[in-house]
Amino acid sequence: MTRTPLRPLARILSARAKGENPDKIERENLRLRHEATRDKSRARAEGRLLFLGIAFFAAFSLIGTRMGMLAASEPVEAQVRASGAPILAQRADITDRNGRVLATNLQTYALYAQPKDMVDPVRVAREVAAIFPDMNGADLQRRLTDGRSFMWLRKVLSPEQMQQVHDIGDPGLLFGPREMRLYPNGTLAAHVLGGASFGAEGVQSAEVIGTAGIEKVMDARLRDPAQAGTPLTLSLDLTIQATVEEVLATGMQMMNAKGAAAILMDVHTGEIISLASLPTFDPNKRPNAAIKGDPGDSPLFNRAVQGVYELGSTFKIFAVAQAMELGLVNPSTMFDVTPPLRMGRFNINEFEGKNYGPMLSVSDIIKKSSNVGTGKIALLIGGVRQKAFLTSLGLLDISPIEVVEARAGKPLIPKKWPDIVTITAAYGQGISSSPMNLAAAYATIANGGTTVKPTLLHSEIRQQGTRVMSAATAKAAIAMLRLVVTDGTASLGDVPGYFVAGKTGTADKPKPGGGYYDDKVVNTFASMFPANDPAYVLIVTLDEPVETSGDEPRRTAGWTSVPVAAEITRRVAPLLGLRPQLESVPTDTLTAVSN
Amino acid sequence: MRPVFYVATFMAVMALAFWAYRENYATQRSLREVAELQSEITSLREALSIQHAEWAYLNRPDRLRDLTALNYDRLGLLPLEPEQFGQVDQTAYPPSSFPPEIPVVADAVDVSANMESQP
Repeated sequence: MTRTPLRPLARILSARAKGENPDKIERENLRLRHEATRDKSRARAEGRLLFLGIAFFAAFSLIGTRMGMLAASEPVEAQVRASGAPILAQRADITDRNGRVLATNLQTYALYAQPKDMVDPVRVAREVAAIFPDMNGADLQRRLTDGRSFMWLRKVLSPEQMQQVHDIGDPGLLFGPREMRLYPNGTLAAHVLGGASFGAEGVQSAEVIGTAGIEKVMDARLRDPAQAGTPLTLSLDLTIQATVEEVLATGMQMMNAKGAAAILMDVHTGEIISLASLPTFDPNKRPNAAIKGDPGDSPLFNRAVQGVYELGSTFKIFAVAQAMELGLVNPSTMFDVTPPLRMGRFNINEFEGKNYGPMLSVSDIIKKSSNVGTGKIALLIGGVRQKAFLTSLGLLDISPIEVVEARAGKPLIPKKWPDIVTITAAYGQGISSSPMNLAAAYATIANGGTTVKPTLLHSEIRQQGTRVMSAATAKAAIAMLRLVVTDGTASLGDVPGYFVAGKTGTADKPKPGGGYYDDKVVNTFASMFPANDPAYVLIVTLDEPVETSGDEPRRTAGWTSVPVAAEITRRVAPLLGLRPQLESVPTDTLTAVSN
Repeated sequence: MRPVFYVATFMAVMALAFWAYRENYATQRSLREVAELQSEITSLREALSIQHAEWAYLNRPDRLRDLTALNYDRLGLLPLEPEQFGQVDQTAYPPSSFPPEIPVVADAVDVSANMESQP
């Protein structure tokens, strides 16, 4: 850049010659130079502004375009992600304690129709009705042609049916994926599992919700997406459950009973190893609840938790245990048991008018199942303490077991508790509870006097319940129960090597209008084994059994429930890993020689 | 010096652009592969769950009980009974894994066998 001098010599000289002021030239030049500088810096500033403007415009239009694109485009699943998040079933599996599947999901399809897209609705109606025999062709044709645009046809399809529908080849027949609940073991443990069905249905998926049993109680856990991959482990053992159901079904048939229930419970952890109720049903095809008749006759009825029965003499041990705990009696205290025991206008008699009198020890009262003796012991305790004790054993409350039916099994207890109730409650009449509550109460005795809460969920932890009786009392009670089996009413219940201890109970069934049937009974055998260190409690209940091998029909628990329970114990104890204990091991035959 | 710098920068930009272009396509290829693998995993998982269900169905106790009854001749399976528990002293000791210490007697005569064959 050439720099113009402020005072060019040529102009100065000519100006001097003309007599002008040369300083004017300098000022003029200075002004021009300033102007040039100013113009240049303005141009630069303008350029900068323009550049910034363009930059900002570009940046904002980029952001704007991106926002517009995001707003206008369909949302898509991010493709890049840490793999390993499996496509999980929407409902967790249920397994037994050893991980064998009790309930799982199966991928299947639902069939729906869009009649607007249908080529030939008449032919479709005819052919679909041929595939599904329960559909009416004419009715289907009417519904396909009445102008509706959407219609469900089937909730689930078998693969064969799906192929047949495919073969019809009509574009108006469409499939929606479904997850179906499957119980691979059929009727096994049906009353525990309950059942499931579809809730809200869409084309692409449908909700599976539990409708009964543990499926309903644990519904939130089973549907929790965070836990969908971990199966719900139950305390049941599939093998033992199958064995119990098999033996119980045979026993029910042999004893001509109309129903039966069995509960096998671990007395330390409170786990229910097996819970059976007969007659049973298939949870895959859960029948509808009976509308007419006695709901107790429906196969859906869970006799083990829902059925509240007067459990009869099985209650006697509670009165005796409480009296021992209170220090009122000991096993050898003698009582006058000459019948009848008078209480107001009531006479308490023994079974079939027997007389065990005049005197019986407390042990023998349990062994012979004396109503009079138990009544007298109960009167020593008094109603208030008796009710409190039965409540602490959980017999007067709804069972906490995790099947929804248990909530219907509310024990029936008299509103008032006069002395006559004290007496009858002591031998299990006039007060109704469920076999599950009975199992928990016997487990409390077997566990050494601390309460055990029955549970269907697998847990290895020994329960630390509240203590309701001392360990010594529990031990004495177990010894009495052992006597019932060795020399008492449950002599058919002994299983060599397993030291069964238990108590029979025979209760007349109440008539709907009041009073009791003469020839309808509920027989219960509550047992625990092995008696020297009880590990399991087994309750077997038969509804209206009659044993007909003898000259006259026999309806006492000793002849019906007890042999069934003994067979269950014999079959199940080895499966539980209990080895039979030999009563006396001959160490050396030579030691018997004397001189 | 300056032109060299410009040329070098231009070359670097071209090289980076080429690298980015290749990376872009490699990424897209990997994404497609991942998507394929995901769908394969899904279908395998589905198949697995069906096979679990089928396994449970085929191993249901009712069926196994019927099968053991049908094949009793060959299998001879019976329910587990308490009598089947043995005592520890009923079991044989396993054969010793150590070599025998006793020197082998050469030319031993089997007397009892002889006596049996020549009474």
